[in-house]
Formats: sequence, C-alpha cells, structure tokens
Amino acid sequence: MSDLKKSPLANCHAELGGKMVPFSGWEMPVRYQSIIAEHEAVRTAVGVFDISHMGQLYAEGEQAEAWLNRMLTNDVTALESGQGQYTFLLNEEGGVIDDLLVYRLDEGRYFLVVNAACLAEDWAWLNQHLEEGVELRNASEDMAGMAVQGPQVVDVFSRLFGGRTLPGRNGVEVFSHGGAELIVCRTGYTGEDGFEFFCSAKQGEQWWEEMVEAGAKPCGLGARDTLRLEKCFPLNGSDLTPQITPLEAGLGFFVKLKKGEFIGSQVLVEQKEAGLTKKLVSIESLERGAPPRAGYSVLSLEGEVLGELTSGALSPTLGKGIGMAYLPLSLTEVGTELFLEVRGKKVRAKIVKKPFVV
Amino acid sequence: MSIPSELKYTEEHEWVRMDGDVAVVGVTDHAQEELSDIVFVELPELEREVEEKEAMAVVESVKAASDIYAPVSGVVVEVNSALEEEPGLLNEEPYGRGWLFKIRVSDMELVEGLLTSDDYEEYLG
Repeated sequence: MSDLKKSPLANCHAELGGKMVPFSGWEMPVRYQSIIAEHEAVRTAVGVFDISHMGQLYAEGEQAEAWLNRMLTNDVTALESGQGQYTFLLNEEGGVIDDLLVYRLDEGRYFLVVNAACLAEDWAWLNQHLEEGVELRNASEDMAGMAVQGPQVVDVFSRLFGGRTLPGRNGVEVFSHGGAELIVCRTGYTGEDGFEFFCSAKQGEQWWEEMVEAGAKPCGLGARDTLRLEKCFPLNGSDLTPQITPLEAGLGFFVKLKKGEFIGSQVLVEQKEAGLTKKLVSIESLERGAPPRAGYSVLSLEGEVLGELTSGALSPTLGKGIGMAYLPLSLTEVGTELFLEVRGKKVRAKIVKKPFVV
Repeated sequence: MSIPSELKYTEEHEWVRMDGDVAVVGVTDHAQEELSDIVFVELPELEREVEEKEAMAVVESVKAASDIYAPVSGVVVEVNSALEEEPGLLNEEPYGRGWLFKIRVSDMELVEGLLTSDDYEEYLG
C-alpha cells in the first residue's frame, strides 16, 4: 500500500489496531474491531470517523457566489453566512462529476468539502471554468477531518468545547481555539445527528484522541458504508457516475432548475420535460440469505435481467439484505417484487420506500 | 490469538479435528478475526463428495464473501446448521460451536499432509 496517501491520523489508527485498506488512493481504516458494533454505536450512541481523505476547497472573491451558482446544481444564493447545502458538480451532459457540500463562511467566502476520489477531477474542472473575480484554493493537504456522528454527539461537543453550541442543521462555524482555526459543520453521512470537524493536519491526532476521550467510538469505512446505505445516501462512483443525472438518482431536491443556467442544466431541463427512463430504487430482500452486494443482478419475476445493484449490504439495523439499483421507470413502483441474483441463487426482494431505516 | 495444539491446519486458515475417520472442519481464530462479523454461512449439501482444495462452503462478512476449501477429500456427513440462524458463532467460538462441517475422509494420507499448530503459527509469521 506504499503508493497510497497516509491520513494525518495514521498513527491513531495503528494504535487502535485499525484494519487499513486502500480507499480512493488513501490508506484508511475499514474497521477497528467489528463493523456491526461500530454501526450500532453510531445509531445508538456516538462514533468518530477519520474523513481526512476528503478534499477541502475554498472559493473566494466578489464573483465567487455567482460563479459557484453556475458550477453547482443547488442554489448557492440561498445560503446565508454560516449555512451549507448538499449539491452536485455536473458535466455538460448533466452527469455527476461529484456530490459535495458547499458552505458560505462569509460574504464572498465559500468552503467546499468534496469526495477524495473526485478531488483531482473537481480541481481540474473548476479551474478549467474559473472566472475573473474568483480565487480557488485547495486546502486538502493541510487539513485533518473527522466526522462525529450519533445521537449523543452534543455531549461530545460540549465536553470538547464547553460553553459553545453546535451550529444548526447544515450550518458551519469557524472559530479559533487555543490559537488554531477550527471548522465545525453540522453535517454527516450516517443519517444521525452529527458534526464534521476540520483542523490543521498536524493537530489532527490530538483532536482525534480528544474525540475518543470524550466518548466517541472509533469507526471505520465499513460502518460508514452500511450507515449511509440504510439512509439511501448515494456513494459517488457507485450510485452516482458521470453517466447518471441527479434526477435519475432521485435527488432533484438538490437541483434548482429555476435559479438560472448552470453546467448541465439544459440536459436536466430536457430530461425533466421528456420524463425519466430510469430511476434509482431501494430494494429489500424478502428472504434470509447472503448479503446483496454491488454488481449483483436484479431480475424480474420472469427472470429477465433489469439492472444491477449499485450498492448492497446486509443492514445491521434491520437484519435484512438491502441495496439500490437503477431500473427502467415502469418497474420502479414501491411494492414491485423482483429477484436479486445472489451468487447464482435467486432471492425474492421488493422495492421499498426510501430510506430503509427512518 | 488461539491455535490449539491438538488440531491440524491448512494454509487457507481452516482447522481440522480428527474423530476416527471423520474430519471436523472450521475456520481458525485468525481467520475469523480477519473476516470479522460473519453474517451468513453457506454450508455444503450432505453426502456431497468433495476433493481436497475444492471450494465447498462460503462465509460472508459485512464486507466480503470468502470461499472455504475442503482440507481433505471425502464425503460430507454433517453440517453445523446452527450457523444458519447464528452465523456469529463463527466469531464467538471458532473452534467450538462455530464448526462448519464434517467430512468422512476417503484418503487418510491427506490428513498427514495437514499443518501442525506449530507449522500454522509459523505460516502466519
């Protein structure tokens, strides 16, 4: 794993016995002991994830707002300082380059958190479309990140920053603590209450240890994946690709077609007028069996191949197989029964409402 | 990590306990630790004839499916159906209630070729 980038928290993972795996060009912990125990800690108490692999960009300048609004699908002008939103960066065909969070720190100052695997492409794409009056900066190398997630997150935050309160949902706050700048965002990828925290890379280890000390259980990418899938949050590269539009992914809420033109908007307008031909659905297996996994075929009851799972897992919360797949629109109604082909065996399954776990 | 000295082992991280001409087979403590949370076990059919090194069962953890290979040739005479309800037994008691299946060995010479606990420990490094 020598070509892989090491997280600024690598020593902490080694000390905790984290099982390291390659992920998006980084060596990251998939779990410390049990994925299921880590998953449950986040659903019932609080856990902490290393998210240092994610990319952090700043877009600044008097044209930053207008420019971002032409680059991203959500309405950046709706953000007030201290607020953030989930949004997409699209190609000219309306396909997803990346899904990300954009926060307005201040007038003309925006902070973007992007996927590790997409950082290089985002950076190139944004620079290629850069305009006068906007300065784009990549702060990823200098930052450590951690996501503290779970119903007891407020307790952890209070223990660390007694007296301070967390920003509101999707909010962001930058403050200085002991002379260092910290960024706290009330966001996450688990469906639980939580915050994402960014500090300088060299302070990362110390903060990680404080988070753990304050009661957050170290959690790896394995639990991060089952947690997000139970909530039907898409994984870029699997559920979202440059060939898929956010409308097909069922994420039109984060696409504001009325705000004016942005890259990819024309295609989305046409797609909306013409109607979708396929859509991302949530599928739950009706039989006990092997866990569904990405790549497994989805079949009609007649045995015709309809598509394949883009994500799949055994839900630790439900104890059932769950997955997502793009299916032809006529077959996407909730309640539709189908088969999953799980390593040569047909397993009965049906389309269910999102999310799997409320 | 436990490697009981009375058992035999394979490089595929299975253990074998001989009971007359019947081999009781499971996965080692090391293997269950590496796999972590086992959520599903696919057991072989009874009376299936298996060849040494043939894939004959599957254990699935949260992240991946792993084949289990026949450590010896023979016929499957019993499977641990408790694992269908409780696959986690593999993690909790890999050498006990988490056993996988029993094979009536067709060629006892193959048993001699299995690793001793010392061999296995050395193999793990």
